[in-house]
Amino acid sequence: MHYKAQILDAHEMKRAMTRIAHEILERNKGATDLALVGIHTRGIPLAEQLAQKIAELEGIQVPTGKLDITLYRDDLSEISRQPIIRRTEINFDIGTRKIVLLDDVLFTGRTIRAALDALTDLGRPKSIQLAVMVDRGHRELPIRADYVGKNLPTSKTEVVKVKLAETDGEDVVELWEME
Amino acid sequence: MGNGVKHLLDFQGWTVEAIEGILETADVMKEVLERPVKKVPALQGITVCTAFFENSTRTRTSFELAARRMSADVLTFAAGASSLSKGESLRDTIETLNAYKVDAFIVRHHASGAAHQVARFSGKSTINAGDGRRAHPTQALLDAYTMLKEFGKLEGLKVTIIGDILHSRVARSNAELLSLMGAQVTLCGPATLLPRELARDNVKVTTDIQEAVTGADVVMALRLQQERMNGGFLPSMSEYALTYQVNESLLERAKDHAIVLHPGPMNRDLEISGSLADSARSRIIAQVEYGQAVRMSVLYHLLVGKK
Repeated sequence: MHYKAQILDAHEMKRAMTRIAHEILERNKGATDLALVGIHTRGIPLAEQLAQKIAELEGIQVPTGKLDITLYRDDLSEISRQPIIRRTEINFDIGTRKIVLLDDVLFTGRTIRAALDALTDLGRPKSIQLAVMVDRGHRELPIRADYVGKNLPTSKTEVVKVKLAETDGEDVVELWEME
Repeated sequence: MGNGVKHLLDFQGWTVEAIEGILETADVMKEVLERPVKKVPALQGITVCTAFFENSTRTRTSFELAARRMSADVLTFAAGASSLSKGESLRDTIETLNAYKVDAFIVRHHASGAAHQVARFSGKSTINAGDGRRAHPTQALLDAYTMLKEFGKLEGLKVTIIGDILHSRVARSNAELLSLMGAQVTLCGPATLLPRELARDNVKVTTDIQEAVTGADVVMALRLQQERMNGGFLPSMSEYALTYQVNESLLERAKDHAIVLHPGPMNRDLEISGSLADSARSRIIAQVEYGQAVRMSVLYHLLVGKK
């Protein structure tokens, strides 16, 4: 795999998160019954960043949660390498909340389908919305994001890497090409 | 994370890392069991056969529920209602069941080594749910998980197992697993029920119950297998209870935080006092509860990502 280009730097990523925070507050008329759920792995720090941004803007600490979708993957019985399962930690009643799901990259939509199944097994949220840092296209299911940091048309041989300070030591979005 | 292991027959060939992986995933499964919908689609399309040639309540129900919680289809075979009584062999029974496109066998049998044979006959992933006196690995895993939940680690724990060690596959599997994980195991029972050859690194064998319990973190009482007691192993049941019963006064020698385990089914007031089994020190119900999460984890590790 070789490096092609930097798509967003730390400053641009921060600005994208600020815009998404504004859009979420605008659409939901505030933050009173919101909750943010990050999908393992990079959705979790994104949810934390967004909660912090919303707290700065609105003065409300929105609850956050962690969701692992491994057990809901539609290819789990067919894959050749066993994925590590992480803990799902949602310590609030999701039935009383509008949930915003967070992930780093939206691609085929299969992760989000699994996340919707996993979330609805935990309760019946008032609504579920989706926020992603990058939408790279190539959907295989009728799923779209409500909030997007960067729309990035890609080819299937390209790889989008969202790196975050919490998980990768730096904030940057990069485009790579598979060999 | 795949550990490359297809079967769970005993712990031979298993690494500390692979066992830690199962115990960590059991935590995730425990969380699944606390949800409103206690079911995930992870094993959709997979058929699991519980082939029980010997009676069992908790192991069979626990495995079946674990498989169903993971969305597997479950084929239940119970020897009592089968053609075994007409003379069918183990091999023919397994090959018949295998013809129903089973992906995994969970086997209990009164003969030591039967689970190995099933693995060979079927060619499918096989889990030993207890074979003769030899092994009961998922019981040992759920016991280890119960200790882990209580103490946060296994390394350095002093675990004393008391009773009919000779006939106990639970004692053998626990000694195997816990010593591998760095716990100090003491096996204790009357001389006639205590095979000395089980002694090795981290596993001590003694008839002295007072010494065995002194300073223990975990005290496990084993069921006195009265159906196997026709060989003159014990003078009488009441004498056994007098000398080897796990009760409150014995527990005074253990650490203050010591917990009591029993793999079930219990003979109350024989190998364990009923009051201790019901006390705050008892984790016997927790063992049953954790057993389901541990078995879900075992199914995940053996059946997912191996194609």
